[in-house]
Amino acid sequence: MISFPIIRVITKIIIPYILLFALYVQFHGDFGPGGGFQAGVIFASALILYALVYGLPAAKRVAPVVVVEKLIALGLLLYAGTGVATMFLPRMKDGHEVQANFLDYESLNHNIGWLQPLSGQHLGIFLVELGVGITVTAVMIIIFYAFAGREPVTE
Amino acid sequence: MIFIVIPILALLALTAVAIARIRDLWAAVMFTGIFSFLGASWMMILDAPDVAFTEAAVGAGISTVLMLSTLALTGKKEKPVKFSVTPLIVVGITGAALVYGTFDMPDFGDPNAPIQTYPNPSFIEKASHDMSHGGHGIPNVVTSVLASYRAYDTLGETAVIFTAGIAVLLILRKSEDDEEVKKT
Repeated sequence: MISFPIIRVITKIIIPYILLFALYVQFHGDFGPGGGFQAGVIFASALILYALVYGLPAAKRVAPVVVVEKLIALGLLLYAGTGVATMFLPRMKDGHEVQANFLDYESLNHNIGWLQPLSGQHLGIFLVELGVGITVTAVMIIIFYAFAGREPVTE
Repeated sequence: MIFIVIPILALLALTAVAIARIRDLWAAVMFTGIFSFLGASWMMILDAPDVAFTEAAVGAGISTVLMLSTLALTGKKEKPVKFSVTPLIVVGITGAALVYGTFDMPDFGDPNAPIQTYPNPSFIEKASHDMSHGGHGIPNVVTSVLASYRAYDTLGETAVIFTAGIAVLLILRKSEDDEEVKKT
């Protein structure tokens, strides 16, 4: 589709807005509708649009297969890693230090000094949503690559 | 309200019938996209913007693109099929069972339905206290239920997406991709 100038130009114009909207949905999910899953799909759709117009090799130069494959695991690791981190950070309850559970974000309260009173819940949700977003983006892109990269079956 | 609800549900039913009847697969894929957008509109009417969002992005966006790229690999026309009565009976019985099941469900918006009375206090009341720390909390109850109260479930969902991605890679990956990996 690269030979159609209107499609080519319009695509270049709208892709930044799609990416920006994906980031908005990702990081504004605590306040409005949205979250990691929706944001990941929107982010991936921008890249898929790029691949549809400019061809698969161009898209693979933007997001190489090797990198995207690593991102699939990175997102899930970030999610589970947040859970493990909450277990090892001290959690205060009624003035005593208690052992926190897996994914109990309360232990993230106040543990980061230079960020002013930040709710541990807020930080925890931010991290796990980021993990979901990364995994969903990477999986959607890799599924599209897998489908679009195959040759048609001749009858 | 009724002037929006009835046309959307009627269009949903019409689109579903059109998808089942049509033999041109490109048109059928486009109809599934339309079906997803109508479903998203329906979710908006039910005050579920998060679900509507997902339906529009995944149902109308990604899955349509994936279906089209599959069609590019296969044919554009469905093979003509003989009319057979067995699928009609199976679909009829299943549909009747599903409709029968809805008789036990509470009315839409019933204040005494279990979903309104349990848990008590509700997440909406609890979240404003649980999620805040020094007045900086999370106003969106849907997000706090999804990512904090039900964080285990969401971890499981993410693992499902991860597994799906790995499975697609294992099945559809071409051998030249492997060579690219080895070279780099």
